[in-house]
Amino acid sequence: MAKKDTVNALKKRDLGAKVSSILADAGFTVTSLKKTSFEDVVKHISKEDAAQVFKKLGREVPSAKKPAKKKAKEKAETAKKKVPKKKVKIPVKIKLSPKEKEIDGLQTEMGLNLPLSVVRNLVRRIEGHKITNKTMKEILSKLNERYELHLIDPNESAGIVSAQSIGEPGTQMTMRTFHYAGVAEINVTLGLPRLIEIVDARRVPSTPLMEIHMKRGNVTLDDVKQIASEIEQTSLEDLSDIETDITGMRVVVHPDPDKMKEKRVSITNLQDVMIKMKGGQKVEATKGKTKEEGMFFTIKSEKSSYKHLQKLVETVKDFKIKGIDGIHRAIIRRKGPSFVIYTEGSNLSAVLEMDEIDPTRTKTNSIQEIYEVLGIEAARNSITHEANETLREQGLTVDIRHIMLVADIMTNDGDVKAIGRHGISGRKSSVLARAAFEITSTHLLQAGIMGEEDKLDGVAENVIVGQPITLGTGAVNLVYQPPRKKKGRGK
Amino acid sequence: MDRGMTKRVESIKFALLSPDEVRRMSGSKIITADTYDDDGFPIDMGLMDSHLGVIEPGLRCKTCGGRVDDCPGHFGHIDLAMPVVHVGYIKDIKKLLQATCKSCGRLLLTRKQIEEYTEERETIEEMGGGYIKIQMVTKETAKDASKRQICPHCATEQSKITLDKPTTFREDGHKLTPKEVRERLERIPDEDLPPLGIAPAVARPEWMVLTALLVPPVTVRPSITLESGDRSEDDLTHKLVDVLRINQRLRENRDAGAPQLIVEDLWELLQYHITTYFDNQTSGIPPARHRSGRPLKTLVQRLKGKEGRFRSNLSGKRVNFSARTVISPDPLLSMNEVGVPVEAARELTVPVRVQDYNFDTVKEWVAKGPLPEGDAYVHGVNYVIREDGRRIRITEKNAETVAETIENGYIIERQLKDGDIVLFNRQPSLHRMSMMAHEVRVMPNKTFRLNLSVCPPYNADFDGDEMNLHALQSEEARAEARILMKVQEHILSPRFGGPVIGAIHDHISGAFLMTYMDSKFTRDETLHILAPLVNLDKIPKPKIKDKKGEYWTGKQLFSTALPKDLNMNFKASICQKCDECKLENCENDGYVKIRKGEILTGTIDEKGIGAFKGKILDKIARDYGPDRAREFLDDATKLAIGAIGIIGFTTGIDDEDIPKEEKKQIAEVLRKAAKKVEDLVEAYKEGMLDQIPGRSLEETLEVEALQELGKARNTAGEIAGKHLGLENSAVIMAKSGARGSMLNLSQMAGCIGQQAVRGERLSRGYWNRTLPHFEAGDLGADAKGFVKSCYKSGLLPTEYFFHSMGGREGLVDTAVRTSRSGYMQRRLVNALEDLKVKEDRTVRNTADTIIQFKFGEDNVDPSRSVQGDPVDMDDVLLEVLGEADYNLLEVEKEITGYGEKEKDMMGMEVDDEALPSTEEDE
Repeated sequence: MAKKDTVNALKKRDLGAKVSSILADAGFTVTSLKKTSFEDVVKHISKEDAAQVFKKLGREVPSAKKPAKKKAKEKAETAKKKVPKKKVKIPVKIKLSPKEKEIDGLQTEMGLNLPLSVVRNLVRRIEGHKITNKTMKEILSKLNERYELHLIDPNESAGIVSAQSIGEPGTQMTMRTFHYAGVAEINVTLGLPRLIEIVDARRVPSTPLMEIHMKRGNVTLDDVKQIASEIEQTSLEDLSDIETDITGMRVVVHPDPDKMKEKRVSITNLQDVMIKMKGGQKVEATKGKTKEEGMFFTIKSEKSSYKHLQKLVETVKDFKIKGIDGIHRAIIRRKGPSFVIYTEGSNLSAVLEMDEIDPTRTKTNSIQEIYEVLGIEAARNSITHEANETLREQGLTVDIRHIMLVADIMTNDGDVKAIGRHGISGRKSSVLARAAFEITSTHLLQAGIMGEEDKLDGVAENVIVGQPITLGTGAVNLVYQPPRKKKGRGK
Repeated sequence: MDRGMTKRVESIKFALLSPDEVRRMSGSKIITADTYDDDGFPIDMGLMDSHLGVIEPGLRCKTCGGRVDDCPGHFGHIDLAMPVVHVGYIKDIKKLLQATCKSCGRLLLTRKQIEEYTEERETIEEMGGGYIKIQMVTKETAKDASKRQICPHCATEQSKITLDKPTTFREDGHKLTPKEVRERLERIPDEDLPPLGIAPAVARPEWMVLTALLVPPVTVRPSITLESGDRSEDDLTHKLVDVLRINQRLRENRDAGAPQLIVEDLWELLQYHITTYFDNQTSGIPPARHRSGRPLKTLVQRLKGKEGRFRSNLSGKRVNFSARTVISPDPLLSMNEVGVPVEAARELTVPVRVQDYNFDTVKEWVAKGPLPEGDAYVHGVNYVIREDGRRIRITEKNAETVAETIENGYIIERQLKDGDIVLFNRQPSLHRMSMMAHEVRVMPNKTFRLNLSVCPPYNADFDGDEMNLHALQSEEARAEARILMKVQEHILSPRFGGPVIGAIHDHISGAFLMTYMDSKFTRDETLHILAPLVNLDKIPKPKIKDKKGEYWTGKQLFSTALPKDLNMNFKASICQKCDECKLENCENDGYVKIRKGEILTGTIDEKGIGAFKGKILDKIARDYGPDRAREFLDDATKLAIGAIGIIGFTTGIDDEDIPKEEKKQIAEVLRKAAKKVEDLVEAYKEGMLDQIPGRSLEETLEVEALQELGKARNTAGEIAGKHLGLENSAVIMAKSGARGSMLNLSQMAGCIGQQAVRGERLSRGYWNRTLPHFEAGDLGADAKGFVKSCYKSGLLPTEYFFHSMGGREGLVDTAVRTSRSGYMQRRLVNALEDLKVKEDRTVRNTADTIIQFKFGEDNVDPSRSVQGDPVDMDDVLLEVLGEADYNLLEVEKEITGYGEKEKDMMGMEVDDEALPSTEEDE
């Protein structure tokens, strides 16, 4: 039994079934694995697998036996993927204000259980007013009376109602891309295409976008500009004029002092970065003959072929000087008393690692990224938020509960699944339901060899066989025992 | 005809047919490719063999002895001369061949590995993972097994097996015949199959290579007799003929010992025919075609897609007892009624069971026959169904005789009468309000009549729309329809917790005219207005009495429709949204205050009773129940119609007349704007334009020009608007929310404005210009689609063309949008259809997985919510604290429309003071 537990525990850490069971067979447990040396583990499984095991267990992989180069590369990779060092504080329990607590106490006394949103709303409304306990009790009982009237009925087909409520306004939405509210420079996908994108659980949204808030406190415009310049990806092309010297088979880079200043890159900075240019190209820094010319860099092509030179020009142009990958533009806006940086392109993990920003208020519209960095609950909230915003922006009101249901079913399994044949619809337990949706023949043929059994629990299946569905009034059965027959006319 | 407890299908199991089973279930072996003999009778052992069922009336099935309607049809079979692979399973066969040993047939994994995978699979099964998740494990197993080079059981070295699409297998380049494939599959032991995702109890792998082909019953592929007397066969029959022919030739050649090459060719041909018999869209082979060149519709094509068996016939079903015709409006009908033409009512019937309590009445009905005499419509009876199931059609002649034979337990099919409940539907059925239950009112003329208030939920208008009507056939269905589906039950939408049913167009103009400021009505007028109200028992006392006579105020008259204890405050549509609200003293009469069912101040308009926005409607529906809400809406609309009839209301082109002076002003504004754009272009050409950060120079110019011209249009609109006051009908409609907007008006009277395609000024057409009327490279206002004219004055030829360009984009957009959003909704519904709220109020799917612990985090039904909130806080506070104390509470920001509250909850107040961004500075 212990073995099985070990296997499961290892599998939970994303290790392959094979590796896990071999390790368990060899008598390891999770705790022992945390202590044994790398060599001992390698006796049973391959080095790569062992390294994987160690990584997943949060241990360092001893690298003495590996070539140094590989190690460096690996380290760099782990560094890249590293989740932000500082822990983002997540409130575990909902904090109640004193007034809210008071009402909560009254509630327990009365045996009521109103949702928090109602309590909060009440507190907000009666703020600054003295209300006696007796009146308060009356208010609470009245509220409760109404609340209970407004509860949803059991067996309600909540799913279909939600789907219709989101789908129906789809016909009224626009198709175009618009400028982001307040930031005219950035294009955002809105309306129907955006909604489809959200439901499809696309990996990358068509217009990724971030909203970065600064830490509270005194932040001057200049500070924000500095931060923005660190976020925005800057390539060599943005800083300098790049010439191709065909006769000398080299690329000449003339840094533009104005642009450098604007992007906050000093010439020494640039020089430092340039020297480390990848591919081991030799970079020569030369002081210009005249003062206006300033310093310039030359990069020689290794091979004397034009094709190679052409390639070299491209790599030089795209060479990243500073900034965060994937963020093409950062724009500063004042929002209330503080500043916000809006970015085109998104890279949540890298941005969250920055010290100056406030991770609790920083947002991205890439749901997949939120899922990867912050987890499934965050992704669920993000789906709700994004879908709600998209609909609201179009002036359409859809109750948030419907959107939450969609978000919940998309994230129910622990990862973000699309609405459609590759996601939820393709994973239904019923063969008939899947066949009726899309890719009919494949599902039927597979069902044949797997000997599948359709239990006819769902809606589509029961419609197909022609019997009442299991929702609403179809979910309950009434048994009526008629009174004994009295003598009637006719028969 | 027996209703009540019926048997229920509990589950459906899927399996593979073995050749033995095929032969066992076969009604006849098919050997000849011919169908009918010269006399037109089916040939024995031919494709239309009467053992396979009958399609012609009069004949009897040779297998079961049934006639056309009794015999469901029986399968036959063809014995194939050589085995042939099944296309649908080609990938599975490949997987099996690769994962098992070529000589001993065992799975290419060590015993331990097999155990591990089995365990993993069983864990998933135990945890209720379902077939899809098992499939993922089995895939991995197969992948793992096919990697192994040497069999761990018999140490044979494995060769590489590849699939030559679509159906040929090769082993190290050498061809494997289906026969060899089948032999290998036979060798795989039962216990090695489950790890590969095959249930050996129902599916042996060798059955994927066919030796006997099942022939579907003739009822599945009936032949049609054309008018000329020729027979036309079904596509499947055609395909089976091909199979039989080649099968025959293959057998003859093989038995005669023909050269291997010829046999192989024929074998491949047989494979082709059987492949296309299953799926005629297999990639890699040409589809089999009909003589006319049309590709044949074979088995897979019959099932697949929108027109396939599943979506078209199984998920969607045809029904009887339905009607469809054009709709037209009738303001005098109640909102939960529908006018049904006599012709339709006589055709649609409701079954009534004859019992003691209704014996005499039913007998009378039957005696009257199907067309009772008299001026007024009286329902007749179309059929009598005896207890043995025989139907007797009632005619004028036999009516009285049949009436005498009526007994208890008979069922009669009665025509529709007033008060019957029916379902009414308009496609596209996008939400549940697209199908609601109405009460029948049989009427003359040939259209369905409906109250105008139900147009919004159906999204119906009367430009030729048609709707469907269904007469319900069981008591259960009628009861459910009455309780759950009636129109009044759907006044509040589950989408946003507000009303979807409400007053529209003239109802709103009427209510506005009636209640605006101090409009008053004389005695005659008052009586005229109040006359249609059914529930009014007393005419209120006149508010105004002077020398000229008695007068009733409009507000007073409207109040007659309100519940007597209604209290509420809200802002009307005409509210100017002043910085500081003067509440009751509003000089536009925009603040509605209702106390004890009396309108004290304010105008009733769209915000009061309109669909989607009506606050009074909303409140009455929630607090007084659907019945009262229906009554209110019926009364309110009738009052409004009465008032608009007395006051009179019209609109015409002269509503958009503006004085010459203003026209000049507008022209001046537009001229200046054009000049400004000209200046911008000039600056751009000289490179003096200040670039917007992150945009190119061209884009900057476009943005600024667009802004400038937009401003000009607005100014023109404002100038025009100034001269259009509330005495103007068009303005009344726009301001009260009845129809149209001020933008529409300013486009009619002032200036239409910039036309755009893809959000940009027009730029396509000729090189560097839109039309030959302009010089190449002209970037000015006129050349890029700014329409200076207004609709009233008419457009210049170039403007007209530009306007059409913008209009075309709109049309294309709508067309694209409907299909895209339709598909999205289909996917959403499919993904969510199985979710329901259980008794413990958790939301679960069919696998009983909990999706939500509380529906929407607070278990509140959105249609019962107060615009999304669980309870109406203000209402409760007002009730408990009393008006005086309540007024002391801080006044919440007025919620002007649904949804606007979420906005301030999210903290979206973005400061307008935009700062220059990094790039621009320095």
